[in-house]
Amino acid sequence: MEQGGISILVVSGALERLQMAAMVASVGAVSGNAVTVFLSMNALPYFLKGSVAAAPPEGPFGELMAGKNVPAFRTLFEQAVELGDAKLHPCSMAMDVLGIAQDTLLPHLGAPLGLTKFLHDARHTQVWSF
Amino acid sequence: MSERKVIDARGSFCPGPLMELIGWIKLAAVGDELELLSTDKGSASDVPEWVNKVGHEFLGASEKAGVWHILIRKTK
Repeated sequence: MEQGGISILVVSGALERLQMAAMVASVGAVSGNAVTVFLSMNALPYFLKGSVAAAPPEGPFGELMAGKNVPAFRTLFEQAVELGDAKLHPCSMAMDVLGIAQDTLLPHLGAPLGLTKFLHDARHTQVWSF
Repeated sequence: MSERKVIDARGSFCPGPLMELIGWIKLAAVGDELELLSTDKGSASDVPEWVNKVGHEFLGASEKAGVWHILIRKTK
């Protein structure tokens, strides 16, 4: 049922963007697409082991989400890996800048990825950025 | 012997009901029927779309008192 590839670049730490990125990753992955998620900049700290920090809303929709039974973005990313063909990678540059080691990141995150490799792998796929 | 599993995803928003259904499909046997209960209107169109795309069998959907009952059969 392989449909194609989806490449998702996430740099925002805002709730709405993390949520939509997680929705595209999970639904894309369970629909037969090979999904690669590249986590960088403000998005990466949410994927540290033990991180329970709530992402701040950037607008009224995000504020509204807090009171609703919306699936958590961390859960959706994990389901993208467990139920579909998704791979989550931390950005190697962001890890260096933030001083993050691989073993401090959640176990379903893959090896650090550089931008050159991400762009090369993404060249024939749909590319989404959040 | 095929079974029917009812998955109660009422109150969950997109894509919660779909992800919950997929989790249960993985555990089901080929031939089993699964009935998804959802209050998320989008699921009524999104779930059949997904089922057709991945090749399971869509048996029907109906709405009762604001709850969608979406019935599928695992085929592979």
